[in-house]
Formats: sequence, structure tokens, C-alpha cells
Amino acid sequence: MIHSKETEKQPVNDKNRLCTGSEILLKALASEGVEVIFGYPGGAILPTYDEIYKLGMNHILARHEQGAIHAAEGYARITQKPGVCIVTSGPGATNVVTGIADAMMDSLPLVVITGQVGTQLIGTDAFQEADMLGITMPITKHNFQIRSVDELAQTVKEAFHIAVTGRPGPVLIDLPKDISQQVTTFRYEKKIHLPGYQPTTKPNKQQIRKVLEKLQTAKKPVLLAGAGVLHAQASEELIQFTERNQLPLVNTLLGLGSYPGNNELHLGMGGMHGTYAANMALHETDFLINIGSRFDDRLTGVLEHFAPYATIAHIDIDPAEIGKNIYVDIPVVGDAKAALTMLLQGKGPNAEHDDWRKQTQSWKREYPLWFKRDKEVIKPQELIQKLYEQTNGEAIVTTDVGQHQMWAAQFFAYNKPNRWVTSGGLGTMGFGFPAAIGAQIAEPELPVLAITGDAGFQMTLQEMSILQELQLPVKIIIVNNASLGMVRQWQQLFHGERYSHSLFPIQPDFSKLADAYSIKAIKVEKLSELDGAIEETLSHAGPVLLEVCVAKEENVYPMICPGQGHHCMEGVKPS
Amino acid sequence: MKRTITVLVHNRSGVLNRITGLFSRRQYNIDSITVGVTENPSISRMTFVVVVDSMENVEQVIKQLHKQIDVLKIKDITDEATVARELVLVRIMATSVQRGEIASLAETFRAQAIDIGKESMTLQVTGNTEKVEAFIELVKPYGIQEVARTGVTAINRSAKMSTDTSRLTLIN
Repeated sequence: MIHSKETEKQPVNDKNRLCTGSEILLKALASEGVEVIFGYPGGAILPTYDEIYKLGMNHILARHEQGAIHAAEGYARITQKPGVCIVTSGPGATNVVTGIADAMMDSLPLVVITGQVGTQLIGTDAFQEADMLGITMPITKHNFQIRSVDELAQTVKEAFHIAVTGRPGPVLIDLPKDISQQVTTFRYEKKIHLPGYQPTTKPNKQQIRKVLEKLQTAKKPVLLAGAGVLHAQASEELIQFTERNQLPLVNTLLGLGSYPGNNELHLGMGGMHGTYAANMALHETDFLINIGSRFDDRLTGVLEHFAPYATIAHIDIDPAEIGKNIYVDIPVVGDAKAALTMLLQGKGPNAEHDDWRKQTQSWKREYPLWFKRDKEVIKPQELIQKLYEQTNGEAIVTTDVGQHQMWAAQFFAYNKPNRWVTSGGLGTMGFGFPAAIGAQIAEPELPVLAITGDAGFQMTLQEMSILQELQLPVKIIIVNNASLGMVRQWQQLFHGERYSHSLFPIQPDFSKLADAYSIKAIKVEKLSELDGAIEETLSHAGPVLLEVCVAKEENVYPMICPGQGHHCMEGVKPS
Repeated sequence: MKRTITVLVHNRSGVLNRITGLFSRRQYNIDSITVGVTENPSISRMTFVVVVDSMENVEQVIKQLHKQIDVLKIKDITDEATVARELVLVRIMATSVQRGEIASLAETFRAQAIDIGKESMTLQVTGNTEKVEAFIELVKPYGIQEVARTGVTAINRSAKMSTDTSRLTLIN
């Protein structure tokens, strides 16, 4: 009886019970529905780790903070939920800076909690102190430093709100050690009061009408779809709008998957290593509708040659992106889903652009992506193509940056949203493999292929520990060309073939490395062995490291060389 | 071209750093910046004078500022009816013989002598930038020892007289 009485009283007691800052933090994370934390402990964050121990939260221990934050990014990219990363002060915190900058550039929602030295020590150059507020100010959507335990719960609430709403982005909370130990009652308010933060999600009706009106008269319309469509989960609407108006569609690198890559209207990726059809369409178009892309320089090439004949409409949730790089005729501030829904409610099609559609289709047919097959040597493009075929495209692909990234963008068709995780804006080496871990945790049932280069893999390969520990079935595919491939390509083309520090004459034995982490390893050097190796990799239940030695001097084509426009692509056809 | 922009921000530590950091990262030069609390002690008003190449640049500055969560309101008031003031303190060489002459000069500008020493005196002037600069030029021949300027702070006039419709606002 006594026992049950106590249980009845529990809620009342709990309400007034004093909690430490750490406990409040974790309770707040639980209230936000956080399923998994990626992190690494250390001095200033120890009280929080003590709470993680007591509460038994799902925490993934990386072997380097950079691994933790890229995994959180991969998780965020797939789930659209904020990836949560907890690290200690000083070196722990500075080790996540690359990931924060990466998430900022690619608009990924993250909540990063960095430990900080005690409030009395802040500003004294104390042991393991770094000014994280100052360091991350330009690379976060917003950052906080907690000055009192009473503001902690509300700050966490605001951090999550800021990370996912409007244009998503990373938010950092710097938590001094003494505050994580101070106590107060835990109350989690539902309300948020951020008068200076009111993102516009609903577009202006008149502007939407202007887009539709222009569409009625356009002869050569093109739709450019970026990652904003994925963030807004607006792929369905995009497909409907494109089909209804029979619009040729170009994807940005990060927008791949927002529209089925195997659809007839899909012209491929635009930009430096985009398809001929996509780039010619961008050059010839008379009406370009950009939804959720920020006109990155790798997409536009030289601005004076970008879409020279086009009226440009730009739909973006971030008003600062409109008119930043490109003059825009029809600016529309709003969420991609809201905008597409409004566009679909407008008048139906009666524009005549059959000739244009035929033209874009003929470009697509006549100038497909190509590579020269070799009898013995494995061509990286063929590797990607075979990965696509053998997975039926039903896989999540993550990459680093460089040649393998471009081939993975070109030769793997992304037919569904949230299947493609790549470091676009910052171009971060070492991103792909840990991001795959986060993606696999988000989607345990789907095959996850971490396609990396031999160089990038060596930047975060210690995260094989996570695969070993959790038996995550991530397939690491190392496209090994014994070099910094894209650097080597640029040195060949623009630096007189002076390969300054880009070749790796000595390679580690990747199989032995995998072996050290108790991960199955396969190495292939001949084309004849490739099919079998891929099959073996995919059919194995646990993690596999597949090292594929590919043609060392293969270059990524076609290409818009620096200073050129979309109409001046090189390597469009085999020479 | 110079543009005057006023910004209402939360009165929190680090906010000025956020704003100035944003300017320097995007390579906009701040000519002057003044900050002080408003009638609401939790809100501060900043007045910037920035040097930009084009109106597109001003628009980009405003949009980027608006993305800051601590920023509540932004206005480019360059083309509006405003009251803009700057305060300057000038210490100049002044022998006892010259004092009377300087005092009468100062009177024309409604400047005040706020400190007088054996061989120098300090004058205070408030007014728009042109007036302040004219005054400094005028007292230069006496020998300027030190100048301290606050930079411009500005506010809209009570009766709005501006009819200029090209004023920049955020889209939507």
C-alpha cells in the first residue's frame, strides 16, 4: 500500500523536483523526440555524460568529433529531423567546426551541444577553453551560450525550432560546466517567443500568379529544382507540377532525388559536371523557374553567360538568397511545398512548348553521359553504374567530395527523395563515410553505400569502430585511384600536369584496416571480378569494405571549364 | 555610396559582434556605427552608415541582417525625412588671447566650450556630418590636438515628408 501511495505522488513530486542542468538538457532533448545522440565525452561535458549513463539514452560514440557530427548530418539529411551532436569544450568543440560549416552550407538541421568551461573561467584561457560562440557565429544559423540554468530548457526549445523551420541550419548551444551542474525545476514550455525570427513560408499570391502568367507565354521553360524541395518534402508536388506543364527539369547536385532521375523530363544535373542536356537547357531557356536552389557558382558557371535569354523566377524560403548571385525577375519568398501547391491551384497548361521538349529530349538522347569501357581496368563510372543496377536504385548513397562524388551524381539515378547524401556547399572530404553511418541509423532497412575516394576515406576511417560495434551494414565502397582525383584532374588540365602532392604512391592496405576493425573486406582490380564483388558486398548481412582499384587517370566529363558558360562544355562526346 | 540603416536588436551580449561580423565577412565597410538602448531597455537601436557599390548591395545587407535572430527591425532611412546627429569633441590649441575669438566662432556653430586649460580648450558640437566636418575644418588653423566623433545616430522625423517610393523593403 505504501508503495502504491508513493507512486501516486510521483508526478507531483517530479514537478517540483530539482534537476541539474544536464538532466534538464536531456529531458528537453527527449521532449523534442530525439532518438539518437552522436557524440564524444570530455571534461566540460562530463556531467551531461553522467546523465546519459543514468538515463540510458541512445548515444553513438564516434572515434573523432568530426565523425560524430557528419553522422548527425547524415541522419538529419535522411530524416529531416535535427541531428544532435554532443561534444566537450575546446578541442572537442573545434573538431565539430567543419561539420557545422558543412551543415550551414547545405542547410541541414543540427543541434550541436558543446561543453564549455565553468562560467567563472570563461575568458581566462582556461584549460580546454575555446570561444565557440565567436568561432561558430558565421557558420551557424544561430548560437547560444547558457548563462543561467533557468534559461536552459527554453533555449533548447528555441534551438530546435530555429534548426528546422524556415531554411534549416545548424544551431549551437554552448553549455558551461557549472551550469550543467546547477539545479532548478524542469518546465518545458510549449510556446516560443522569437519576435526577430518569423520565416515567411506562404508565398505572395501575386508573385505566384506572375510565375503562372509567364509560364503561359514561355516557349522554352525550364524548372531547376534544388535541395529546398527535399527540405520542404515537396517532391510529390514537384512531380505533379512538372508533369502537368510538361516542363523539362534540371536538378542541382543537392537536389538529386527531388524528381525521379529515370523520368523522361529529367535532364540530369546542371553545372560544372552536369549533363549536356541540362546545361544546354539552362543556356537556351527563356523562362527559368528555380525552386529551392541558391544559384551556387558550381551550378551557374560564369554569371554573365548564365541563362542569358531567360526571365528568371526564384522561389526560396530564404529572402537573402533571392538576388544574391543572380538578378531575378520574379522573386517568390516561401516554402517550396507551399509554392508548388499554389502553383498547382493556378490555371492549367496551355503553353505550347512541344518543340522545346523535343529539343531537350534530343540533347538527352544524342549527348548522354559517357565513358570508354576497358577490357581489364575498371572504369569508376562503370562501378557506379553497376552499383545502381545491382541495388535497383533502392539504396542510400553518401559521398565525399571530388571525382567519385561527381560520378556518383552522374551514373546513379536517384528516383526517390532522401536517397542521396553528399557534401555540396563546403565540399568536405571525410564526410561520406560517417554520414553513411547516420543515414543507416535513420534507415536501418535500406542498403547504404558510402562511396568514397581513397583520400577522403582516410580522413575519417576510424569510424569503422562504430560499424564494428553496432554491426551496421554500411557498405564502404572505396573508389581507389591512388590520388586526390579531382585535384589531379585540375592539375592535369590547368596546372601543366604538375601533380603537386596529389598522388599517393603508397597506399595503406585497406583490407587489413578493415580486418583490424573486424569488418569484411573485398578488393577488386579487374573488371571481370567486379560484378561478383558487388554482389558479394551487397548480399553480406554486415558491414563490408569494398576496395575497387579503378583507372587512375580517368577524368570527370563533361565539364564546364572555369570562366566558361553552360554552352561551352568540354568532353561532351568521346574523342 | 553611403547609406544610413537603422536596426532594432535585442539588447544582449554578442549582438554587436554578430552584426559587425556579418558586415566584415561580406566585405561591406561600415563608415560609422552607433548603438544605444531604446525606450525599451531590452531593445537597442543601431545606426549604421555603410559604403556600398549599388542598391543591390544595400538590399543584400538588409536581407542578411534580417536573417539574424536578434534583429527585430531594419530600415534604410537614407531617402527618408530623418533627423541625423553626430557629436564631436575637439581639443584645440588656444592661448588666452585666442579664447574670445574661438568662443565667437563656436557660437556660430552652436558649439560649446566644455573644458578650458592653459593652452588648449575643448569644444563640443552636435549636428549632421556636414556641419561637424565644417566645424572641424574651421578650427583646424588653431591646431587640433585630438578629435573624438560618435558617428551618426538617426531617427525618422515626426511628420513623414518622404514621397520616394523606391525605398527598399524586403520582398513580400
